[in-house]
Amino acid sequence: MATKDFLLEIGVEEIPDWMIEEGLGALQAKVQELIAPLSGWVSMAEATPRRLVIGCRGIAEREADREEILSGPPKQANPQAVEGFAKKCGVAVADLELIESPKGTYYSFRKKVKGKTAIEIFSGSLPGIILGIPWPKTMLWPGKGGARFIRPIRWLLCLLGEEVVPFSINGIATKNETSGHRQLGEYRVAVSIDNFEQTLRDNFVLLRGEERRAKIEAELPPGVKADEKLLHTLTYITEFPTPIVGDFAASYLSLPEEVLVTVMRFHQKYFSVADPEGGLVPKFVAVMNTASDPEGLVKHGNERVLRARFNDARFFYDVDQQKPLAARVEDLKVVTFQKELGSYHAKTERVMALVQELGGDAATVRAAELAKTDLTCEMVKEFTELQGIVGGLYAKAQGESAEVGDAIYDHYKPVSMEDSIPRTRAGQLLSLADKVDTLRGCFRIGMIPSGSKDPFALRRAAQGIVKILVEGELNLGLKALAGGVEKLEEFLLERVKYYCQEIRGYAYDEVAAVLAAGADDLQDVLIRLEAVKTVRASEDFEPLAAAFKRMKNILDQAKFTPSSAVDPALFTDDAEKALWTAFSTVAASVKGKSYGEVLAGMATLRPAVDLFFDKVLVNAPDQAVRANRLTLLFGLKAEFSGIAEFSEIVPQT
Amino acid sequence: MTTYQEMIFRLKRYWADRGCIITEPYDVEVGAGTMCPETFLRVLGPDKYRVAYVQPSRRPADGRYGENPNRLYKHSQLQVILKPTPEDVIEQYLGSLEAIGIDLKKHDIKFEEDNWESPTLGAWGIGWQVMLDGMEITQFTYFQQCGGVDLDLVPAEITYGLERLCAFLQDKESVYDIDWTDEFKYGQVRLKEEQQFSVYNFEMADVPTLWKLFDLHEGECQRLIGLYHASEEGKQRFPVLPTYDQVLKCSNLFNLLDARGAISVTERVGVIARVRKLAVGVAGMWVDQQGQVAA
Repeated sequence: MATKDFLLEIGVEEIPDWMIEEGLGALQAKVQELIAPLSGWVSMAEATPRRLVIGCRGIAEREADREEILSGPPKQANPQAVEGFAKKCGVAVADLELIESPKGTYYSFRKKVKGKTAIEIFSGSLPGIILGIPWPKTMLWPGKGGARFIRPIRWLLCLLGEEVVPFSINGIATKNETSGHRQLGEYRVAVSIDNFEQTLRDNFVLLRGEERRAKIEAELPPGVKADEKLLHTLTYITEFPTPIVGDFAASYLSLPEEVLVTVMRFHQKYFSVADPEGGLVPKFVAVMNTASDPEGLVKHGNERVLRARFNDARFFYDVDQQKPLAARVEDLKVVTFQKELGSYHAKTERVMALVQELGGDAATVRAAELAKTDLTCEMVKEFTELQGIVGGLYAKAQGESAEVGDAIYDHYKPVSMEDSIPRTRAGQLLSLADKVDTLRGCFRIGMIPSGSKDPFALRRAAQGIVKILVEGELNLGLKALAGGVEKLEEFLLERVKYYCQEIRGYAYDEVAAVLAAGADDLQDVLIRLEAVKTVRASEDFEPLAAAFKRMKNILDQAKFTPSSAVDPALFTDDAEKALWTAFSTVAASVKGKSYGEVLAGMATLRPAVDLFFDKVLVNAPDQAVRANRLTLLFGLKAEFSGIAEFSEIVPQT
Repeated sequence: MTTYQEMIFRLKRYWADRGCIITEPYDVEVGAGTMCPETFLRVLGPDKYRVAYVQPSRRPADGRYGENPNRLYKHSQLQVILKPTPEDVIEQYLGSLEAIGIDLKKHDIKFEEDNWESPTLGAWGIGWQVMLDGMEITQFTYFQQCGGVDLDLVPAEITYGLERLCAFLQDKESVYDIDWTDEFKYGQVRLKEEQQFSVYNFEMADVPTLWKLFDLHEGECQRLIGLYHASEEGKQRFPVLPTYDQVLKCSNLFNLLDARGAISVTERVGVIARVRKLAVGVAGMWVDQQGQVAA
């Protein structure tokens, strides 16, 4: 059968760049589903800020015919009912069949359903599919009772072969027309499937994201600081991107580099440029949404804007220096941290105490005292993403020690799992204390993250704590950090599990086993995990773990706690004697050894354990014999379960 | 060179040609052109409306004693409301830039996501900041709600920052150097105002007095809202607009108190809620009154 190509373009007003790919992906999946019965496939899914485009190939003219069974009254129904059903189906009673089903036998009609044409399918379903694209935030248009979409749709191009697939959304009807670049292209221009992409190109629209991205990359000058996220943004806020290099006065380089880069990056979407040593040079790269700047007007304009921005930054910097951070501590009394948790001043006092508790030195405490004062600075009010960083820079500029400055600078770190932890011990302790205080406070007033709700980013804070503890090699217990808040302890443990599994790659049950043994210090947790992982590879380990599970069950059932030591005189079976001997020998030989050695020693007990469970009935009729056996198992389990709770290990075979 | 006032004339003419009523600014202090009844109330309900006006916007906390070349306590916005939104609204908007002499083929224009929200007015919309060669020249918003009320017809709000736009056109580094006319600079007209209001707003405004005024205007507003709901027959001639003026007074006093540093972060939420409650009350009255007239 002859097949056709299909093309859909939804012309929209500028979609926010960060939503485009996901929206396009959702559209693509729905279209793929739609064309499955037509045996077609999606051959292209591309987007610019102003258009979502799906191309398909191999579309059959119509879907296959099929049969549908309509069931009517049961076999024993009266003739009128059967007649009524036949009438409803538009046939004579003779055309009905009796079909058996698990529920009984029913008069039924085999209806031949003609397959819909591709055009019918597209026309019928596309409006719903298009309006059903899930967007993070939509608008109502053109008003109450209208459609919800990301932005108004302004044109619809939909072709099946040469033919326009007819449908409309909010009065916008499909045509064989697209639109070019807003300033450089045609407003509306007729296209065919074959010349669509080329027509767009002629009208200054590069349809493919990959091509726009490559064009930007290829035209960036040397020295540009790599910035994946910015590159992505620029790819999706332009239809025809062209980088241009601008200059600024070298005198601005006296402002902190962080400030300059932030202004360029976040406020102007500019790349910054570095010399081979990594220092900033007084240049920036803007990416225009147009082809060229022959008269230098765009360059000139961007330079003007940046100059104004830098002037503001300098103004803020100068104003901020008039009042040193130390004099701003008092001002934190009117800056609310959280309504029920008081001001940042109160938080500062708590964090100072906590830092001391955690063993921080005088510099750490000083850093804690000044850490939040930059919230009252003009620079941070203007560039909120620089909080902490500005405080750190100002502290150093105002004569605080480098240790204090660096700790403040880093104390929001790590801001993600990928981010590094604070560089110095003081920074690590300050960051920990700050996060712990936030978590304790929020948990106490019941602000506990649930599901996707986590407005205070508490998960991130907890994850940061885990990362700092592990990577900073800090010997601090989780229980102590949780400060007696039980739910917080659980919450932190969840994050520990996540870290050990997802970042360190330990198996779920290994992590569960180590944590169930009550490990609290994360350095210790990781050493134990490594030991468990290593011994697990030996063939004796998993069967032994299964035996531990059995011991646990037996002990749990008996609710047994030993009242005396094992009495060898009460042994009645060689197997229990053998286990006792082997256990005593191994226990003595691994005393004081590393976790790995202890576990390796334990694994050698397997034959003795197996034999014991084979030959010995723990629940012996004789009370004393029974108690003696339970005492043996209890001792064995207690000796080795201190490292990991082996009953948590799930055998892999 | 296009003077400041010539630029404004052209923009007004451009929008007049597209069916807009051209009005003068509203004569109560507002923080943004959006807050004028011409926008805040007119966008409510099913009636079409098209209006353009230059509105001085006063933001006490933005004052810089006339020392910052780009920041003003009082700047001017050209506010354009198109209700309902024409299909080619963006093309029309771009046409307005051409009307003041910007050759679009030679410049870089981007529409970057920037959703607008005014918690004090219970208003929000979806839209963009329009960037011209890297500078934000316009806020373009599709209103969705005002005073907590869903809008029947989604209007397009186009807000031009006139000083910036003109500084761009005239290639001036400082707002104060803009040629207002061929003979007078912006600074000659406005610098004194920036300096003196900064002094008042940041240093001399008496905080207890401001709070007292806030309470008085809030009380008057509440009293009127109560009267509206109590009156059955008199609703059609009820002074809804004067009631709304009380909301604007409160809003401006809130901004002044904020500039004085008199509102802590905690209080902030509470005061915003007080103003919003008034705004929502008036929006409800306005919608109800429109319905009464139609009936």
